[in-house]
Amino acid sequence: MTHRTLFAALALSTVLPVATLAQEAAAPEPKRGGTAIFHLVTEQGVLNPALRASTGVYQITGKIMEPLIDLTYDGPVGVLATDWSSSEDGLQITFKLREGVNWHDGEPFTCDDVAFSAMEFWKPLLNYSSTLQANLESVDCPDPHTAVFNYSKPMPLALMVAAMPDLGHPVPKHLYEGTDYQRNEHNTAPVGTGPFVFREYQRGQHIIAERNEDYWRGEEFPYLDRVIWRFIPDKSAAAAAIEAGEIHGSGFIGIPMADMIRLGEDPRFSVGTKGYENNVAHSTIEFNLRNEILANPEVRKAIYHGLDLQFAIDSIMRGFAQEGRGPIPSTGGINYTDDVTTYPYDPDLARQMLDEAGYPVGNNGIRFTLRHRSAPYGEYTQLWGEYFAQAMREIGIQVDIVTNDTPAFLNGVYRDHDFDTANGWHQFRSDPAVSTTVWLRSGTPPGQPWTNQFGYQSAEMDALIDAAAHELDPAVRADLYHQIQRLEMIDLPVIFAIEHPFIGIYNNVLMNHTNTPRWESSSWYDLWLNQ
Amino acid sequence: MRMPPILAYALRRLLQAVPTILIVMVGTFLLMQLAPGDMVDALVGDMGGADAAFIARMRQEYGLDQPVWVQLMRYMGKLATFDFGWSYVYEQPVSTLLLDRLPVTLALMAASLTLAFVGGVALGAWAGRHAYSAADNLISTLGLVFYAMPNFFLALLMILLFSIHLGWLPVGGLRDIAAFHTGWRLWLDMAIHMIMPVAALSLIYLAFYMRLMRSSVIEVSELDFVRTARAKGAPEGRIMRHHIMRNAMLPVVTLLGLQFATVLGGSVVIETMFALPGIAQLAYNSVIRRDLNTLMGIVFLSSLLVIAVNFITDLIYARLDSRIELR
Repeated sequence: MTHRTLFAALALSTVLPVATLAQEAAAPEPKRGGTAIFHLVTEQGVLNPALRASTGVYQITGKIMEPLIDLTYDGPVGVLATDWSSSEDGLQITFKLREGVNWHDGEPFTCDDVAFSAMEFWKPLLNYSSTLQANLESVDCPDPHTAVFNYSKPMPLALMVAAMPDLGHPVPKHLYEGTDYQRNEHNTAPVGTGPFVFREYQRGQHIIAERNEDYWRGEEFPYLDRVIWRFIPDKSAAAAAIEAGEIHGSGFIGIPMADMIRLGEDPRFSVGTKGYENNVAHSTIEFNLRNEILANPEVRKAIYHGLDLQFAIDSIMRGFAQEGRGPIPSTGGINYTDDVTTYPYDPDLARQMLDEAGYPVGNNGIRFTLRHRSAPYGEYTQLWGEYFAQAMREIGIQVDIVTNDTPAFLNGVYRDHDFDTANGWHQFRSDPAVSTTVWLRSGTPPGQPWTNQFGYQSAEMDALIDAAAHELDPAVRADLYHQIQRLEMIDLPVIFAIEHPFIGIYNNVLMNHTNTPRWESSSWYDLWLNQ
Repeated sequence: MRMPPILAYALRRLLQAVPTILIVMVGTFLLMQLAPGDMVDALVGDMGGADAAFIARMRQEYGLDQPVWVQLMRYMGKLATFDFGWSYVYEQPVSTLLLDRLPVTLALMAASLTLAFVGGVALGAWAGRHAYSAADNLISTLGLVFYAMPNFFLALLMILLFSIHLGWLPVGGLRDIAAFHTGWRLWLDMAIHMIMPVAALSLIYLAFYMRLMRSSVIEVSELDFVRTARAKGAPEGRIMRHHIMRNAMLPVVTLLGLQFATVLGGSVVIETMFALPGIAQLAYNSVIRRDLNTLMGIVFLSSLLVIAVNFITDLIYARLDSRIELR
C-alpha cells in the first residue's frame, strides 16, 4: 500500500492553519544559547508519555522523549521512524527506524525498545492507546532498525500514523525491563532521545531540561541551552509573570482570556491559535436521552436552534473559534465534511418546535426545567454553560446549573448519569477512531469518561463506527466518517456547538515558535531566543 | 517525687491531643469519601480520558476498589507507624512531599505572624497611647483599609505595582530558577521572593492586632493599677512596659494562638497566587485531585502544629499573667 505521499496529502488538508497570530518579523539567523522559560498551570505526577497520554505530559516530555512520527504543517514526518508501510491485508505495519540515535544515557535506540514499548506500555498500560492497540498481537524485529507490528484485525495505516505523534513514544527497554513500570524512577526523571536532557524536577516549582550535546539531528541542534517550565497555578499571576518578562510563553489558554486579549495588543507578545491546529476541541451541549423530554429529537433540535453560536464565539471565545459541524472538526482532513444538517439560530422556530413537541410555556413562563452539569474545565467552559442557561431561558426552558469539580462532574455525568444536560469540551485527537467515535458507540459500561453518557443507541451508528475503524482504503474510510458526521447531526445526542483550537501567548523574543500544528507537544529542537 | 507542673501540664495536653488528632483524621477521611469521585477520576480527568481497563487497573492498584472501612483501617494502621503512604498524584512518598513543602509554609507563616504581631502590637500600643491624635487617626484608617482588603486582592495589587510597573520584585516563585544562585545569594534571592507573599498574608492580621492592641491599651490605661502607678510617680515608660503593655497584650496573645489555623488557611491563597511550593497549596491541590494520602498527611501535620502553637500560647499566657495557672 502507498503510504508517505498519501499521508502528506492527508495531513496537508488536516492542518490547514487557523492562524490568527501576530506576524513575526522576518526570521534572522538563529542564535545558539539561552534559557526559555514557559508557564504550566498544573504539574504532572508522571513524565512518561508511554504511560500517560496527556497534553500536559507531552508539553514537557515532548522535548525529552520523541515519538516515531510527528506532525508538521507539511504532514507527518519521521522522527524515530524514517519510513512506514502496511501489508495489503492491513495485518502488518512496518516501521523503519532511524539509525545512529542514542538514548540520553548513551545506549543505542533499536527495535527492541519499540517492541518492548508497544507490548509492555502502548497496548496494556497507555490510556487511549490500549483501545487503539487492542488487536496488536506482537512486534517483530527482523533487524535492529525494523519493527513489524502484527495485528489480528486490519489496522488502517492512516489511523496508526495519525495516532503516533501522541501515542507512539518508545521508552528505553534497558531502563524499564524487569522493573515495576508504574514505580520506575524514570517515570519522573525521563530518559529519551530528544533535543533536551532531563535535569531536575522540583515539585511545585519547576522542571529543567538541558541541551542534549549528542542530539541525532546534528550538533547545530537544539539552539537553546535550557528549557524551564514553571508551575504557576493562578492564571492571573501567570499573566503578570509574562507581562513582567519572567516567562516567555504560556500555552493552552494558561492565562485569563481578558489578559490574553490585552497582552495580544502589546507588540512584545504574539497571541493566537497557530500551533494548535492538531489540538482542536469542541465546546459541547450533551443530552441525557434517558430524560423523556430530551429523548424527543425535535426537542434537541429546538435547543440547537435556540443557541446563538456567533454570540458565544464573539463574547466567550473572543472570536478564536467557529461553529461546529458534528463530531469531526474542520481540521480533520479528508474525514471531515461540512455537508451536514445545520440548525441556525432561530429562537422563534425553537419556540414553535417546542410547542409542537408538546411542551408549551406554563403559567410561570417555563416549559420544563433541566438539571445541567457544567464541566470545570476552565474559564470559557464555565461561561459556555452559563450562556446555555441564558439562551434556554429565552425559549422558555429553565436550566439549573450544578457546580462541580472534575471528579464530581465525571461521576455525575459518566457513571451516575445524574444530569439532563451537560457542557464541556471534547478534544479531537488526529483521527476519529482514537477518541471521538467511542463517544457515540453504544455498549460501553457506565463510568468510563468520554464514552457514551447520553444513553444513545443506534445500530446504524455502531455499524459505521466499526466499519471505519478497520477500513483500509482512505477514501472509503473518509466516506464512512462523513456518514457518521451526518447521522450524528440528525440524531443529535450531543451538540458539537463550537470548534476551537486552544490559544497560546508567546514573547516575541522566541523564534520558530508555533511552527508545527502540535507545537506545545513537539520537540522544540529549532526554537531559539532572539535577544 | 512529684512531676514539675509544667511537665505534668505538657503530658496532659499531649494525651488530650491524641483523641483530637484521631477524630480529625477519621473525620477528614470520611469527609473525603463523601465528596463525589476519587483520585482515579481526577487523574483520568487530567489525562483527558482513559478506557475502562485502565481505570479498573488504577483503582485496584491504589486500593480504591476496597470497602471504605478497609481503606480507613489500612491507613490508620500505617499512620500508627508514621507511614504516611504514597502520593499517587505526585508519585512520591507523602513524607518526602511534606518535608519538601513544610519549610516554605512555615517560613511564610512565621515571617507573616511575626510581622503582624510585632507590627500590630507596636503600632496599636503607639496609637492607644496617643489615642484620638491625628497620627492615631491615620494609623486606624490605614488599619481599617488593610483589614477590609482580601489578601488575594492585595496580592494582585502588589504584583501590579511592584512587579509589573516598578519591576522591583519578582512576580512569584521561590527563587530565580534561571539564575542558579548558590550560598548567600540564593538565600537573599529567596528572601526577596518572600517579600510580597509575607506582606500580602500579614497585613490583614497586622491591622487586626493593631486595632485590638489599641483598644486594649486605651482600656487598660484607665484601670486603677495604672492610676496608682502614676500616683506613685513611676516613670511613664515603665508604666507602659510593665503595667499597660503586659496586660493589654493578653487578648492579642490569645488571638495569636487561635489565628494560627486561620493564617494556615490564608496561606493557601497566597501560595497559589505567588506560586510558592508550600504545604497549603499542596493541600488545595490534594483536595481537587482527591489525593487522599497527601491530604491526610497534611491534616495530621497541621493538626499537630495547631495543637503545639496553642500549647505554646498557653505557656506565654501564664508567663504574662501570674494569676493564670497551668492545670
